[in-house]
Amino acid sequence: MRGAAGTMKLTLHVWRQKGPHEAGRFVSYQAPEISPDMSFLEMLDVVNEALTTRGEEPIAFDYDCREGICGMCGMVINGIPHGPRRATTACQLHMRSFKDGDAITIEPWRAAAFPVLKDLVVDRSALDRVIAAGGFVSVATGSAPDGNAIPIPKENAELSMDAAACIGCGACVAACPNASAMLFTAAKISHLGLLPQGQPEREARVLKMVAEMDAARFGSCTNHGECEAACPKEISLGFIARMNRDYLKATLASGRRAARAGDGSAG
Amino acid sequence: MQLRSNLPPGELDKKWDKHRFEMKLVNPANKRKYNVIVVGTGLAGASAAATLAELGYNVSAFCYQDSPRRAHSIAAQGGINAAKNYQNDGDSVFRLFYDTVKGGDFRAREANVYRLAQVSVNIIDQCVAQGIPFAREYGGTLANRSFGGALVSRTFYARGQTGQQLLLGAYQALERQVGMGQVRMFARHEMLELVLIDGIARGVVTRDMVTGKIESWAADAVVLATGGYGNVFYLATYAKGCNTTAIWRAYKKGAAFGNPCFTQIHPTCIPVHGDYQSKLTLMSESLRNDGRIWVPKQQGDARPPHQIPEHERDYYLERKYPSYGNLAPRDIASRAAKQACDEGRGVGPAGLGVYLDFGDAIARLGEGAIREKYGNLFDMYERITDENPYRVPMRIFPASHYTMGGLWVDYNLMSTIPGLHVIGEANFSDHGANRLGASALMQGLADGYFILPYTIGHYLASARLETLDTDHAEFKRAEAEVDGRVNKLLGVKGKRTVDSFHRELGRIMWDHCGMARNRRGLEAALQKIPALREEYWSDLSVPGESASLNQSLERAGRVADFLELAELMCRDALEREESCGGHFREEHQTEEGEALRNDAAFCHVAAWEYAGPDKRPVRHQEPLQFENVTLTQRSYK
Repeated sequence: MRGAAGTMKLTLHVWRQKGPHEAGRFVSYQAPEISPDMSFLEMLDVVNEALTTRGEEPIAFDYDCREGICGMCGMVINGIPHGPRRATTACQLHMRSFKDGDAITIEPWRAAAFPVLKDLVVDRSALDRVIAAGGFVSVATGSAPDGNAIPIPKENAELSMDAAACIGCGACVAACPNASAMLFTAAKISHLGLLPQGQPEREARVLKMVAEMDAARFGSCTNHGECEAACPKEISLGFIARMNRDYLKATLASGRRAARAGDGSAG
Repeated sequence: MQLRSNLPPGELDKKWDKHRFEMKLVNPANKRKYNVIVVGTGLAGASAAATLAELGYNVSAFCYQDSPRRAHSIAAQGGINAAKNYQNDGDSVFRLFYDTVKGGDFRAREANVYRLAQVSVNIIDQCVAQGIPFAREYGGTLANRSFGGALVSRTFYARGQTGQQLLLGAYQALERQVGMGQVRMFARHEMLELVLIDGIARGVVTRDMVTGKIESWAADAVVLATGGYGNVFYLATYAKGCNTTAIWRAYKKGAAFGNPCFTQIHPTCIPVHGDYQSKLTLMSESLRNDGRIWVPKQQGDARPPHQIPEHERDYYLERKYPSYGNLAPRDIASRAAKQACDEGRGVGPAGLGVYLDFGDAIARLGEGAIREKYGNLFDMYERITDENPYRVPMRIFPASHYTMGGLWVDYNLMSTIPGLHVIGEANFSDHGANRLGASALMQGLADGYFILPYTIGHYLASARLETLDTDHAEFKRAEAEVDGRVNKLLGVKGKRTVDSFHRELGRIMWDHCGMARNRRGLEAALQKIPALREEYWSDLSVPGESASLNQSLERAGRVADFLELAELMCRDALEREESCGGHFREEHQTEEGEALRNDAAFCHVAAWEYAGPDKRPVRHQEPLQFENVTLTQRSYK
């Protein structure tokens, strides 16, 4: 059922919160004349234009590329991070996924590690800190051998790419009942661990990244699988198993390595 | 204003080596005494910040996004060029250089472009070492594909996410330095002013986008890596936040602006579908490897594509440019699409679209092979349009995608303000009047990894810089200016939203300074833009306050700058009485409708100098000398 000229009329229940230290609440808005061809964020733009014209503060939400790759946008739509369509970010979700008369609840990511800054905007800098702890190959500019010096089986490169496709949006954390960042962390560990370039630091990497993940107040994985279901890039749960294996191996080996390096911090 | 390009003398292929030897070095132990500010963390900014930190400099990096990993380099799909000749198909550094100079319609510096081609090979090595999961052949070696404007396969790629993977490589190198304390990273900080002391760039003023705090930062050198300004068209393939503010502030402080009218309109984007639309989405140029572009031969042929028989279709790129066919360069492919639509042969609801058809490729290679190559792009197309491109041809139309113009820089990537370096898309760059596909990633990383880290050392070793901090009166003055501007935006208290002004500006620019330009239109735009600007400052509505997260305020500051830049673009387009690359002046075309350059009068870079608030900017010229290539009419037939 569609309204005039195929448009829809929707009711939105949106989380409004003035600042990080203030209490938030749901506020309801009417969204008339929504075209099914709009993206979800364009629908919010339309609501915001109306609010602005009335002199009210528009709903704050993060966005940038609006083509599903930067990972900046993210909101829980009717209880599901990025909304009902599988493998789709909020910016690529289109209103044809809804129908006339629908009520839609919109909330920010909720996790201890992601404090709300305003309305639907959260602070995800904890994910950067997990990368800074070890999500890289330590190769300074200029020191690389020829690109074809080490052949890499196509299959490994493809699997590595599957993991590397993570956009760091945090939907996995938002979906997880424990607010765990295991899928995010495992994706980076697997991306690098599947390539020969990632081997020298493989053990140290997993130990440091997992330690930082815990320090940032992300929870643990209890195999709910919600993260994989919510992931807009369909990162596989299998990578978490891979990370757990790496972590176990690294823990066993860490005593040996710490002794060699004269540094106990790796454990 | 003096434009000193500082091109090294000598043979083309020896210039960079010679220059590298002649540049001064900073003693390794002294590098930690220097502070460098890098604004923007895309490919150019992140790679520069990481590399400078590896060398030992203290780096402060700023970005407006919530993480450096989100810069819009991430959206580049197709690939990155490098003269590796891994395919044994006749590529070489000279051929990449030649293709790029010709692709840019002979409006770039030979020496810069040659250097770009030289370091392209190092970029691939560096990226592989970082663990970029490039596409591979079954034997384990790197795979390549073809891109527009080239007859060799030199484009390296990671599915349709090459920009993402390259950016994550640079971001990870950057985060490694953040972890080591060598880079201080400030996300959600927007640069709102450049600070000059005694005519030298010594710092920036930023606004913390969460708290609204205005802060100063002092340094020994400032690097702008803030990307292009194509959002002046409102509808563009850029991220919504991309803006001109950083380079526009620098321009108003004395940095020359090079070739502002050189903008790239990309031929393969998903067409506009509604008034509410907030952005346009690109479909990678790599699709033109297998997709065939066509329109019906008959005007107003409204039949669905599968009902139009083969002999009633016009594969116009294959017809007009048989040797390059569907891989004709972007400016040419865009103009040809516009022409077909102007003739009333466009497809889709408003007749503003052409088909990109994979029917033949699917019949030849099978759907599986096409899915493996372009699966994610096809999925994205389907999500946006609700049409299945495996069954019906894609509909595409040109959109604003890249700006070749930007701040003028010398061979050392330094602007006309000493100490202010500009890299990546933010500078006027090596692409002349048209950029070839897969060359933006190459240039961003060349500047950041392999050029700036050398040249900035030379600057720091040569300059005599006094130690200073942000208590200096110039910083206080700049902070007060920023504060004043913010309050002015909040104080208009009119009725119209920022976006409504931005849309209107975009429409003016698309109509008069887009794919085709003429004197009458540009003169009309030069009337309309100041009028719109006046209305902006009297009827703008920005709700909320400065001392908190306020997205309307952020956008308002950016649009205020676009409203000034737009005028300079039109002025530049008006003065350049020739057609070259993406700058097509209807008055200057061949009988076949191709771009007609005027080398006698316009074989130069136009560098604009800001002259004051109500004064006409001054147009300077940097002549371009071609010693290694012959200027010809570009032919892709």
